[in-house]
This record gives sequence, C-alpha cells and structure tokens, in this order.
Amino acid sequence: MSEFKQTFNSSLGKKLIMALTGLFLCTFLIVHLSGNLALFKHDNGQAFNAYANFMTHFPPIRVISYILYLTILLHTIYAIVLTIRNRRARPISYVSGNDSPQAWSAKNMGILGSILFLFIVIHMKDFWFKYHKDDWSAKGAYTIPFKEYKTNLVTGEQISARDLPPGDYEYAVYNEGSVETMIAKDLNQTVEVAFKQWWYVLFYVIAMVTLSLHLLHGFQSAFHTMGWIHRKYKPIIYFIGTWLFAVIIPVGFAAMPVVYYFFR
Amino acid sequence: MSNGNMNLTLKVWRQKDAKTPGKMVTYKAENISPDMSFLEMLDVVNESLTLKGEEPIYFDHDCREGICGMCSLYINGRPHGPKRAITTCQLHMRSFHDGQTITIEPWRAAAFPVVKDLAVDRSAFDRIQQAGGYVSINTGGVPDANEIPIPKVIADEAFNSATCIQCGACVAACKNASAMLFVGAKITQFALLPQGQTERWSRVQSMVAQMDKEGFGNCTNTGACEAECPKEITLMNIGRMNNDFFNAKFFKEEKAHEGVE
Repeated sequence: MSEFKQTFNSSLGKKLIMALTGLFLCTFLIVHLSGNLALFKHDNGQAFNAYANFMTHFPPIRVISYILYLTILLHTIYAIVLTIRNRRARPISYVSGNDSPQAWSAKNMGILGSILFLFIVIHMKDFWFKYHKDDWSAKGAYTIPFKEYKTNLVTGEQISARDLPPGDYEYAVYNEGSVETMIAKDLNQTVEVAFKQWWYVLFYVIAMVTLSLHLLHGFQSAFHTMGWIHRKYKPIIYFIGTWLFAVIIPVGFAAMPVVYYFFR
Repeated sequence: MSNGNMNLTLKVWRQKDAKTPGKMVTYKAENISPDMSFLEMLDVVNESLTLKGEEPIYFDHDCREGICGMCSLYINGRPHGPKRAITTCQLHMRSFHDGQTITIEPWRAAAFPVVKDLAVDRSAFDRIQQAGGYVSINTGGVPDANEIPIPKVIADEAFNSATCIQCGACVAACKNASAMLFVGAKITQFALLPQGQTERWSRVQSMVAQMDKEGFGNCTNTGACEAECPKEITLMNIGRMNNDFFNAKFFKEEKAHEGVE
C-alpha cells in the first residue's frame, strides 16, 4: 500500500476527510447565506435573480460548485463507511444502554446528517434542478419565466419590473441613456411560490434546526480531528461553532421561508 | 461477612467461554453493607453461589485500590459505575440504594472478546503498546537526575497522560468502541518529553496502525471517554495524537516501525 493510500485508509485519515469536507461545507454555508440575503430586499427579486445568474454562469464559481457536489458526496460516503466500521467495532450492544454524559447532538450526528442529506436532495430538486433544467430543454420551453427590470442609474431606483411572456430569452444587461435594463430568469418567483406552502416552510425550519445541531458538534469536532485544538484557542473555536454556525447561519436561512410565508 | 441491610437485584452477564453465547441472569444480593466496595458485594454473591454449588461470577480484579487497571465492569450503563473518576473497585455500595436493580455487563468491543462472564481479553491494548509505546535507550551509566531540563508545565501534562491505567473504560464508554483516548494518552506522554522525541513520528504511525488492525472504532469526539476515564485523561490527548499523526504522515521522513503495516 502506498503511503498516501495508507494515510487516507487509516482511521484518522478517514476522519480527516470527514473534517475537511465538513469544514468546506461550512464555508459554503457562509457564501450561500450572504448571497441569499438578497431575498430580503424589496426589489421584486432583481438582486436575487442577478445573483442567481452570476452563481450559475461565472466560470470559477461553476468549478467550485462541482467541487461542492463532490464534497457533499464524499462527506456522506465516508460517514457511512465510518459508521459501518463503528458498528462492527461493537457487535454486541449493552443491555443497559449508554448513560455516559455526552451531548445529544454529538451522539446523533448520523441521524442529523441523514435528515440534512434528504433536505439537500429536495432543496436541489426544487431550485437547482428547476433552474438548470432549462439549459437542457428546447429553447422557449422554459419552466422558469424571465423578468425584465428597468433601473434609473442616476437615482438607483427601480422604474419597472415586468414578467415577460413565454419566449426565447437570455440573461442580458444593457443601458439606454440613464436607464439600465436587465433581463433575468425569475428564480425569485419560484422561491415565492415554494415558500407560500406551510408544510414546505415547516420542513425548511426543521431542516435548519437539524443543521444547527449538526454544526454545534460538527464544527468544533472537525478541529479536534485535525488536531488543531489547544486550550489557548479552543474557546474561540467553540464560540464560532456555537454562535456563527449553530445560531446565526441556521437562523438566517430559516428566516427566509418564514419571512416569505408571513410577510410577502 | 455479610451483615448489612441492603438487598439488591443483580442482572449479570453470564457467558461460559468465548465461544458460547452468553445471557443476562438475575441474582439476589442480600444483607449487603453500604460500606462494602462493589467487588466485595460480588464476593458475597459468589460465596453464596459457591455454597449452592453454582459457578461463581467471573470478574477481573487485582489491586482493589484503583491503580492496576484490572477491574472492568459496565454498571447500569456506565463503565466503572455511576461515580466520576474512580474504578469499579473504588465504588462503594453506598452509591446505590436498597432495593435497586443493578445491571452488570462486560466491556463491549470486538477488540475486547469476552473470556468468561464479565472478564474480557484486553491484550489488544498490550499489542498497541508493543507497537511503539516505549522509548528505546541503550543501557549504560546512570544519568544524573535533572540532567535534561523539562519545564514543569510539560512534565505535569506528560504525567497526566501517563496516569492512564489501560483499564479500557474509554473503549467501553465510547459509542463507537474507539480506543483513541487510550492511544492518544500513550502517544502524548512520550511526545511531550525530550526522551520521546527520537521515535516520536514513527511511534504515532505504528500505534495508530496497530489500533486500526485491532478493530477498534473511530472517534467522533463525543467525549464519553473523557467523562468516564477513572484517571480523567482529557480529549486533548486525542487532539495531540491527531496532530502528531498528520504531522508525521505529511511532513516527516519517518515511516512506521517495521512489522506494522
């Protein structure tokens, strides 16, 4: 066995892959949340639609997105492999269970992760797949309609936002004097429709509670696994893991369906 | 011998030998004194079993003062029972109440096969130690004490790791039956000291390789081991092991010791 293979086939090597993929997914969450904050703007979805177009067409981001899909799969596959090995390490379980003090989230990462994987599949089917499907279907047969925005460049105010009739469009931005016109796929409308269903909103909120618990353990655990743990900076890692990843990010994401359901 | 006033119901794992499947058997422990240790209570039960002509309950014990690491009972869902930072032999019956049902099981891990009843074979730990848990120094004249200066903080930290008695409670408590707290402690005690530096990078690779070979599980940093360790070895030891392992694998020249794949 080559040394490289030996490293990543060892227990610690497999755990390192879990840690690194997990932390990469954490950084993705920061980007995803900050971009999606555009949903909170009252501009008929202009900023959000422009952002969606940028994320799906800017080449470096497309490359990163493929790395991201691979990361999600790696994290899932390694979690399954490690869980199977852990089960094998204790073939006969205790009659009296396990009463050792440990956090609920830490003990149930597998269940939490499974719920999150289900969420990612549904989430991607409803937004990512709908958005991309049009690239592969015949021209004009679009599931997501286009919208035209006109902005006054002098004042920065939106002059009009108009749904375009079905037809053959492409993303475009052009200026006529002081008026900027943007034609973009109206993903914002898809979001609005989805977030008007109470059960869908509920599912998203449950998923974000799950995310919070998963990251409450996952973030600091990754640092333990990498060996980047020391009493000097351990409190900082726990602080970031708790407040940024288990509170701010899940609350920010959960606020989107809730705000759309109640206030839009 | 038994003149106390506690009456208990024991549910004990009985298994004839490694090959025979075991089962839980219920016993009565009567007239138990609250001042008895847990093992003395089992002695009383065994005495009555012997008098009745039954096979006594087989369990591991040796020093009975919490330093040898031999006793190993999983009591009511916790290794070494409900108290913190003690071994089973230091657990007293006053920690239980009259009429209580106590479930006693052996350590459960594929790498710790049951020998008989409550005793398990922990030689997997010995093999991990033999893979690198030592410092090779050729014999010669006795060196002066304090010849090698070691800061007190470092000496204390190394000593904390070295207090591990290899009882295996960490494996028993871990939901993944992982031995990483034990291996982490054994690696850390040498990695911190000057004498351990020579073999530092090969040691960590060899010991981790042997640990994997024995079939222990993979740590998920839940911290049950730290909570149950009778010697209060901390999770930081696992962090140090991880750090040394990746350091050795990615940045050092040393390979694992010969004979360990």
